[in-house]
Amino acid sequence: MEQLFNRKYIIQGLFIVIAIILLAKLFYIQIISDKAFVAAESNVLKKKFKYPARGAILDRKMRVIVQNEPVYDLMVIPNEVKSFDTLALANALDISVDDIRKNMRKARLKSNYQSTPFSKQISVQSYARLQEIMYRFPGFSTQDRTIRHYPDSVGGQLFGYVKEVNQDDIDKSDGYYRSGDYIGKSGLERSYEEFLRGEKGVVNTVYDAKNIPQGSYADGKYDINAISGERLISGIDIQVQKLGEELMTNKVGAVVAIEPSSGEILAMISSPGYDPNLLVGKSQGNNYMDLIGNPYRPSMVRPIQGYYPPGSSFKPIDALIGLQEGVIDPNMTFNCPGYYMAGNHKVKCEHVDGNISMRRGIARSCNTYFCHVFQKLITKNGMKNQRQTYQDWRDKVAKFGFGSKLDIDLPFEKKGYFYNADHYDKIYGKRWGYTTVISQAIGQGEITATPLQIANAMAIIANRGYYIRPHLIKAMGDKLLVKKEYVTKNYVGVDEKYFEPVIDGMQEAVNSAWGTAVLSRIPDIIMCGKTGTVQNSRGKNHSVFIGFAPRDNPKIAIAVIVENAGFGSTYAAPIASYMVEKYLNGAVSGNRVAQVEWMKNQNLLPLLIDKSKKLKLTKADSLIIRKTDSLKRINDSLRLKAATAKRPISAQLVKKPTITIKSDPNKK
Amino acid sequence: MIQQQGNRFFFNVDWITVLIYILLCIIGFANIYASIPHPDNSAAFDFSSSYGKQFIYVISGLVLGLSLLLFDGRLFNVFAPFIYGITLILLIAVLFIGRNVGGNQAWIPIGSFRLQPSEFAKFGTALLIARYVSTFSPKFRDFKSIFIVGIIVAAPLVLIMMQPDTGSALVFLAFMFPLYREGLSGYFLLIFLGMIVLFVADFLVPVSILIAIILTISGLFIYANKRKQKLIITTVFVTLIAIGYLFVVKIAYEKVLQQHQRNRIELMLGLKTDNKGAGYNVIQSQIAIGSGQATGRGFLQGTQTKYGYVPAQSTDFIFSTIGEEWGFLGCSVVIGLYIFLLLRLINLAERQRSTFSRVYGYSVACILFFHIFINIGMTIGIIPVIGIPLPFISYGGSSLWSFTILLFIFLKLDSNRMGFI
Repeated sequence: MEQLFNRKYIIQGLFIVIAIILLAKLFYIQIISDKAFVAAESNVLKKKFKYPARGAILDRKMRVIVQNEPVYDLMVIPNEVKSFDTLALANALDISVDDIRKNMRKARLKSNYQSTPFSKQISVQSYARLQEIMYRFPGFSTQDRTIRHYPDSVGGQLFGYVKEVNQDDIDKSDGYYRSGDYIGKSGLERSYEEFLRGEKGVVNTVYDAKNIPQGSYADGKYDINAISGERLISGIDIQVQKLGEELMTNKVGAVVAIEPSSGEILAMISSPGYDPNLLVGKSQGNNYMDLIGNPYRPSMVRPIQGYYPPGSSFKPIDALIGLQEGVIDPNMTFNCPGYYMAGNHKVKCEHVDGNISMRRGIARSCNTYFCHVFQKLITKNGMKNQRQTYQDWRDKVAKFGFGSKLDIDLPFEKKGYFYNADHYDKIYGKRWGYTTVISQAIGQGEITATPLQIANAMAIIANRGYYIRPHLIKAMGDKLLVKKEYVTKNYVGVDEKYFEPVIDGMQEAVNSAWGTAVLSRIPDIIMCGKTGTVQNSRGKNHSVFIGFAPRDNPKIAIAVIVENAGFGSTYAAPIASYMVEKYLNGAVSGNRVAQVEWMKNQNLLPLLIDKSKKLKLTKADSLIIRKTDSLKRINDSLRLKAATAKRPISAQLVKKPTITIKSDPNKK
Repeated sequence: MIQQQGNRFFFNVDWITVLIYILLCIIGFANIYASIPHPDNSAAFDFSSSYGKQFIYVISGLVLGLSLLLFDGRLFNVFAPFIYGITLILLIAVLFIGRNVGGNQAWIPIGSFRLQPSEFAKFGTALLIARYVSTFSPKFRDFKSIFIVGIIVAAPLVLIMMQPDTGSALVFLAFMFPLYREGLSGYFLLIFLGMIVLFVADFLVPVSILIAIILTISGLFIYANKRKQKLIITTVFVTLIAIGYLFVVKIAYEKVLQQHQRNRIELMLGLKTDNKGAGYNVIQSQIAIGSGQATGRGFLQGTQTKYGYVPAQSTDFIFSTIGEEWGFLGCSVVIGLYIFLLLRLINLAERQRSTFSRVYGYSVACILFFHIFINIGMTIGIIPVIGIPLPFISYGGSSLWSFTILLFIFLKLDSNRMGFI
């Protein structure tokens, strides 16, 4: 019996052990782990985000160039939907009954309890119709958002576009973005995302287990109002930008115009371009794919991504360095027999000028003159030290911004290539000298630059010796903030006094009878410039012009590159002159107006051969092509309107895709 | 002296137990009040609501309990077989005339009130076992006495299983402990424990490894006792049974248990996660309890409770309300009160002179213990979901009254402890 009495303790002990087990588990889930607390909050608390409007972008004269437009999404909470008149809803939305069913299925797949988009960006008319009959559709609601709108339909590549974030963006943002948010994907929208996006607002609402809202959480203590994004003021003159894009219609190339004194970009054209309004709204995805698939690559931002040999536009820099180094003086002459012999390699010149000085050398773009300058620069320490002097020269040129990024406020800028001495060592061993790299003298060969770098070099000459990093946005927000790197002067190591002789030459190039760009003279404005005809291994030469105006206190420095357009004087120089005149005088004057119209209508898009079709040209066809092509070049240089000879039959057969990107989206 | 006691109904009643009982009822009422939504414009006290009904149940339960103290304690001994018989009849009747609520044919409607015979079967069985043990003083060394007691427990258990109400049926296993106290071999408890352990292990560990473990243990055991032939034979026997059990239980699990029961077990063992379906209750209950943290969100401040995230919150999951609104502190107080009550009941049982009272006292304590352990364990996810109420706290008249009757009969017997029943 005594033994059985002890069994009491076993039973009581069991009670206590079990109680301790229960308390231990409670201690864990209530005190040690806070998982349950978080889960409880997310059970009852639903955060509804309020989306701020993105900041507007203004041009340099405070005209709005990027703004917001309200759009309406029709949202649905599938579980709250009762059977409804599908036909009425379909009519209000201008879609078919099948679409209604399809959208409903899609919404159900996403979530039964949460508000999910049913029909995105419905039209204002649909919205108005819906407002009257909304009560008949429980579970549906409208939500307003804003999308981007570009009143002038220009500058697609500059502004970039805004798109729903993807998982990658969410992961990288340290929790700022959530699924459904929008983010600037390219262009200014991307580089100024943090200013433009504003601050999201939050409304905390308590929900019960049946997902019925039970009022605001803690009397709205933790709610946040949405704060609109800050506006940006850009240096762009939208009128000049627009003119430039019109001039560059149906041409491949780029234009960059900079205000030299501030580094502000006045216009930046990448052609072919596209209407930025195409990349907002419902058809964004389709239009984007069209752009990507377009063989002329309108999605490429040529001013910062296109690689071009600087060509003749490089010559003023040669001259400046030569002067600074003291190897030449402005009056020194070299004899030009129409070519320059670099060893047994012949560099051709377009003309035979005899003895030629710097001023004329620049004005006439004499290859021979600059090969001599280059020779003097590289061999100034004797023939044996050429490697070192080349590297010195290269570093001096690099100070003008070649071979490295200028850090413009756009994403995906490229830096071009400009070889070091080491690089040549790799190719030629130790056996190379100025004759090997002579094409550098005239900006051909192993140097490429972006149009932005070329325009910046011109700004340096306009400023007589320094540049400010080119930038699109000159002030941010209401406080007009400016980034520090966009106000500091970067000196290039050439004294101011050496610039005048070079500028003299550039002035003559445009304003004297023997200049290469004399036909692009602007009445009453002294523009200094330099044409270039860049050899293009893949097709016709590129037409290049760089310049600035006016000569004293320059207000604009410009670089124009038109691909496959032949001489610099034919297309690039006039385009530059119209834009400069437009910027300085507000309008193009006199008979030049007609020239502008003519220019706009020129179609210089290179022929695209669809390789997939394997079209074989007959001998006759290729003869016609060659003939019309050479004829065209002659005509172009004579500036005859008749230049546009009929396209060969085979070219029509190839069926060149026509660029219709600039069409009004509303008409679609 | 006996005469004197009979006249004074409340003589020698253990008022501390009554006090704990009242405290638990008040805690129950308060938390049921908190578990239902309270619109701002609601009337002060609504008798048609669940807390209003519970108020009536508590008051009537207390009256019922106190009136039980008026009876002569000896009556319970005398009428034990009779009461047991009535509960069996009710259990049979409910299978035919009962109302099916939530899949269980467990309720007999009487007017607006619904009687749950399985609740009353508990004290009926407890009384009969006490009567049997006190009358025949079996030592449970022979097959016959174990068989008889087994029948007494199994009859209501099987009937309840047929409703089917597995949860209430499981509670009848609690009678193992009073029988253990009266001499049932401890091996029964060990075997029972071993069965549970093997059952759980069967799900978590591959069978081959389990068999290897069992063989290793028995091998070592045989090696240690290699001279005791009889023990070796027993060990081999037990080992074979254990291995056989592993396979039988797997098959039984698939064939006998219903899908929802399998789900609950698998969820508890973490073999399955299901936030929306069968696992919803348990997860929401744990979230509610866990979110109470140390001191809780405060009375009527629990968001999970207020907004109805835990299903069956005023009945089987009432502990989640306590956990959320009163935190670890409140949970500790409630568990502390229960443990104090259980230990006290055991102590009271041990001071009885009569075997009848002692066996009955143990039965009461162990039935309450099973309810408390299973219910709280279920709400915090250490036991599969088994729908049985938390004594004195869960909403419901039948359960409150049956627990009251269970407890107060013992208090009456205890007050008579000086006499012989």
